Amino acid sequence: MSTLRALAAAQAVATGVAQPVATVRHLHLSRRPLVLVPLSMAGEANAPLAAMVGSAPGEGRLLIVPQPRNRDQRFAFAAELAAVVLPYVDAHRTANEAVAVDRGRDVRYRYLDAPQLLVPNPAGVTFLRLLGRSTRFRRVDGEYPVPPQVPLLGRWLTFFAERAEHPGSSALVAMTQALTLHWATGQSAVEDLHLPALLGWIAPSAGLSGAEAAARAEDPSLCPPAGPATDPEFDNRLLAPAIEAYSAADDEATRVEAYAELERLLRDQLTPTWELMWRGLGLLRALPPGARVAGRWDGDRDAFTAHADHLDSDGAPQPRRDGAVAAAARLHRLERAAATYAVQRAYDDPLVMAEYRLTGEAFVGEVLLADPTRVDDSGRRPVLRPRIQLMTTDPVLVPVGATLSSPSRPGQKARTVFVTPTADGKTEVVLELSGGMGRGLTASPGSVPEVGERLCYTTLSDAYVPAAAFPAVEETPWTHGGPPATAAAAPDEEWA
Amino acid sequence: MTDTEQRLAAIRGDAPPKRHNARTIAALTGNPGCTRRAVLDGAGVDKPALAERVGFPARFGQSRFAITRGNMFEAQVKADGGAELLRLVAERLGVPVPAAVRWTDLDAGDDLATRARRSAALLTEALSSVESDTADPPGADEPPRVDEPAALFDHPMLGLTVAGQRVHLEPDLVAARLGGRFHVVEIKSFPVIDGQADPAKLAGAAVQSAVYVLALRELLTARGHDPQLVSHEVVLVCPRDFSNAPVAHLLDVRRQLLVVRRQLDRMDRLDTLLAGVPADFTADPAADPAALADSLARVPARYAPDCLASCELAYLCRHEAQGQTGALGRPVREALGGIADVAEVLALAGGETATDPERAEAAALLRTAARLRADALASA
Repeated sequence: MSTLRALAAAQAVATGVAQPVATVRHLHLSRRPLVLVPLSMAGEANAPLAAMVGSAPGEGRLLIVPQPRNRDQRFAFAAELAAVVLPYVDAHRTANEAVAVDRGRDVRYRYLDAPQLLVPNPAGVTFLRLLGRSTRFRRVDGEYPVPPQVPLLGRWLTFFAERAEHPGSSALVAMTQALTLHWATGQSAVEDLHLPALLGWIAPSAGLSGAEAAARAEDPSLCPPAGPATDPEFDNRLLAPAIEAYSAADDEATRVEAYAELERLLRDQLTPTWELMWRGLGLLRALPPGARVAGRWDGDRDAFTAHADHLDSDGAPQPRRDGAVAAAARLHRLERAAATYAVQRAYDDPLVMAEYRLTGEAFVGEVLLADPTRVDDSGRRPVLRPRIQLMTTDPVLVPVGATLSSPSRPGQKARTVFVTPTADGKTEVVLELSGGMGRGLTASPGSVPEVGERLCYTTLSDAYVPAAAFPAVEETPWTHGGPPATAAAAPDEEWA
Repeated sequence: MTDTEQRLAAIRGDAPPKRHNARTIAALTGNPGCTRRAVLDGAGVDKPALAERVGFPARFGQSRFAITRGNMFEAQVKADGGAELLRLVAERLGVPVPAAVRWTDLDAGDDLATRARRSAALLTEALSSVESDTADPPGADEPPRVDEPAALFDHPMLGLTVAGQRVHLEPDLVAARLGGRFHVVEIKSFPVIDGQADPAKLAGAAVQSAVYVLALRELLTARGHDPQLVSHEVVLVCPRDFSNAPVAHLLDVRRQLLVVRRQLDRMDRLDTLLAGVPADFTADPAADPAALADSLARVPARYAPDCLASCELAYLCRHEAQGQTGALGRPVREALGGIADVAEVLALAGGETATDPERAEAAALLRTAARLRADALASA
């Protein structure tokens, strides 16, 4: 929790409405995202109960499982869900583009767009991960055959759930997380997980304060929970009798009637959340995207293309657990992504950068002096090393000799030469610039900051960091258990 | 009746003290710094009724589906006189699966005290003979052992002293005597998928098991046996993956034991806490709601957002904590320099000078933060 975010939360308490903590949108939003609101049955291991799914507000399709403990019905649900998700995913595989790799010596292709799934909260992401886990190993033949689209759905859901762990990815987004990335409410992080309350703070209905709207949203009889867990009161009072009525139905007419009643009940539980999802989406769409959002979406498109190609070639399901090498590589990938994401958000958004200014890792100052023609000839070859002097009111905790960069000039490095506190509480910083000024000993026009410019310099760098090398799987060191035995086929689980 | 007991009875009102079970004792460890909670729990006040009465009812419903599933799974695991359960537990502990098992259901009888006596007698029956035979005391690092045939005890009635009162625990466990030691076996119906369970549920199960371990150890100590005969490793039996097939895991509850022990000790010193409580303090749910609210307000709570998940009074305390930075979560309060009041935070951020010199640093931080925030919002 940064002090700036905490201060925004305090302001939210005082003003009664959520306060912005971002000035730009830090995630990509698809023109046609697939919104998915799942419900699961209490007590069971991720047994689907119902879902509302669709890619436009008026196109929400309700899927229900009339007897969630019934294994065949679970897979019928998965097949129905696959009939919505798989065509949606495939619709993004129409056009691709060539991307130069290996310094232009080769090209690879990636799809021009990628699918995007939106769920209400992190528990929704977990639901999809577990649904993917329970379906991706299913067999289309043998003792308990399932329709062929079920294991395929499992592999896609697993793909999305893994992307959701990847910092900065927008392939599978939990709405509560997307919203709290941009607004601070006057309630705690635990309470922010409740989508209706969160939206109550951000956009309270007319005549209500955020706190009042959030308090109202906490009453499950007024505002059903955003899932996947259902309200126990609803379970006991309405759902259980309806499921019993369906199971007890002994003729077609009664069964149809009981099914319709279940559908009505579950639709009533899902519709409010469905509408909130689109409202949340509307709020996020109103923010301008950050400059580096598109670049991160390219990463999602790359991952989507790679997974689609994988499914086209052999399509083996993702393993239950990563081996040692795969796990280390994944952790490394996630750490790099987290570091890059943090830097990019700060570069894109002055309000995020302000957090680093507060901790002394960045400062904003006005250029007082500039020497754009300064040449350092102490080395073997003379080099262009202009110097600038800035004056800032921010706390500067940057040591002399540190390399800084500026979000507005990411290709240029700045070495700290002097840091001098002045009598009036300000700080004078002298920086020596290198790079991004063209060739030769004369800086190309505009490449050196001019006197009077206001600039931000920070220790955060969005320069490319090469990935570490990992051994091949068959060379797993003994410290990590040695090379794994050739993986046996995933065992088929017992289903009760 | 001691003074403390009299006071607690006065606080509670006419009703008999609310009975604790492993779940409620486990919940005591949630927010140990809260005086209001310690006093109310120590007095055995009917907190759900109290919360309802003052207009902030708790929301701790349990779904019928979850209860049914839990009971079904438990019945399935315990079927056939516990043969399957014994095999699971023995394999997980790495001891040979005994050919025969003695299954004792201690659920019979309705009088709690009688049941507790019977449980204690049967649980320690085998021990008395063994220990007198042992010539050499067991080594310091060698856990004591009982060389008796394997036995499973279902629903043993255990007791603990909570706030000076003997509490019978609603028994929801199996005690397994296997490989020479007692192990608490907890049967839970949340799944373990690819070796991983829901962390929150797992943490809850661990604290609950620790309560049982503690109670079982007290029982052995009271009868003159070595408490270390009860292992700190609890066997957790859960459904595996998405199936109903049970799988056993070991859970080390040493840390939870310390936490529970510490909180119980603290409640034993209730009289010290009570010294700070007004003499006419009442939490009797039958009292007038306005008077109750006034009365409760005089015993300080320490609200944190986590309370919402574990304490029946949380909604009342949250209401009281409005305008406090702690209600937003402890990290928020810390990030704001530890200043408790939202209004004061905003005043300091707005440039007001801190009256308390200890807050000068926090005030400077907040002022800078406010300036940077305004600057960034203006430049965007």
